[in-house]
Amino acid sequence: MRNLIAFPVLFLVLLLQTTIFSRLTLLSGAADLMLVTLAALAVQEQVTSAWHWAVLGGLMMGLVSGVPWFVPVVGYLAVVGLARLLQQRFWQAPILALFAVVFAGSWAVNLLTFAALQILGRPIALDDALGLVILPSLLLNMLLAVPVRALIVDLAGWLYPVEETL
Amino acid sequence: MKDFLSRSIQTTIIFLVVGGILLLAFGGYFGRASTLFSGALLGVQEWVSVRYLAIQDFLTAPRESATLIQRNAELEAEVARLQAEVITLEQKVAETDILSALVDYATAKPENTYLAAAVIGRDPSPFLHYVIINRGSNDGVQRGMPIVTDQGLVGRVDAVIANAARVMLITDPGSSVNVRLQNSKTDAMLLGSLTGDLSLDMISQDATVEAGDVVLTSGLGGGYPSDIVIGQIVNVRKLDYELFQQATVQPVVDFTRLQIVLVITNFRAIDFTPLIPEPVP
Repeated sequence: MRNLIAFPVLFLVLLLQTTIFSRLTLLSGAADLMLVTLAALAVQEQVTSAWHWAVLGGLMMGLVSGVPWFVPVVGYLAVVGLARLLQQRFWQAPILALFAVVFAGSWAVNLLTFAALQILGRPIALDDALGLVILPSLLLNMLLAVPVRALIVDLAGWLYPVEETL
Repeated sequence: MKDFLSRSIQTTIIFLVVGGILLLAFGGYFGRASTLFSGALLGVQEWVSVRYLAIQDFLTAPRESATLIQRNAELEAEVARLQAEVITLEQKVAETDILSALVDYATAKPENTYLAAAVIGRDPSPFLHYVIINRGSNDGVQRGMPIVTDQGLVGRVDAVIANAARVMLITDPGSSVNVRLQNSKTDAMLLGSLTGDLSLDMISQDATVEAGDVVLTSGLGGGYPSDIVIGQIVNVRKLDYELFQQATVQPVVDFTRLQIVLVITNFRAIDFTPLIPEPVP
């Protein structure tokens, strides 16, 4: 039942993304709050349902965005997969793991979006996409990672308390 | 007993005499001596009074300061409330101005039916230039309906749900609008881009195009009504070895500050896909 909190939390994230973060642009890039939130959640070891959160977040973004619905779903699942993989490697430095996941995840989601739009016939040049959207978005996502992590660590600790063994 | 009575009478008489002298002195009946006397007394009184008031101020100052602090806090709260009210009212005035301009625009073009909608969000993907409006199929909004402001063309409805719709702006990289140039009477195609800049393509090499030419929708293709203002040409690129001229357009609409837009609800975009011949195998 506690996983149901994903609905209001991700809805709030979507709301903030469409109303605020999409308007705060650097060149033509914008931060992806949903990606950063999911990455921050997935690197928490005790969170067991990050995959569900990724699917839900992806579907919500797919519903609102003009990008085909499966692109954010696949992208965010890739982010969670990456987080699960890196979380075991950087288990002593979770902030480093988060940065690595946000960095790689931003590349993955943006390149996937770019590829999907190219297939759909949107005339977007790769150098424009790289210089004007992908790299600025990457920078904004990295900047956003620290404050989002602070909130998500508290949320994860509340939702999935760690059982200490004596 | 006799001594006591005589002393009491004596004291009473002395008091009466001295009191009478003082009254006469204060009444000015002793001339200069009276002035000196009363002046000295009043001087002493003034000195004492000033000191007393100073001491009173000193003693009551903390209480006054606390009162002032409380009053200051009350006034600051009042100022904050009034400032918030001013901001709200300014916002309402700005909205009223926008709506008034939109009403003027709608009145000027009575052939169309308009529905006002507020822009409530933007597409989360930075690759796309879409906005979300707060009107949907419940309000009669359908896919393909054009969106305008009092300034000019904004875009068209791309997807609709019950109470909201997604609008593709003309600045989107996937947008193409058939336009005509008002001065040179020639047709062209308006294209969006990733950066939101607008460019014109497919301008005939024979056409004389200059900066400042007004760009309007042509209505060709059935995607948009004709004669909606889009912007002005900023510069033209004409190369002899290319098939067409190209130009950059400055839009009249500020797409970063879209607040309220109009949906043209009586316009139906024409889908001519069935007319495109299938390639013969």
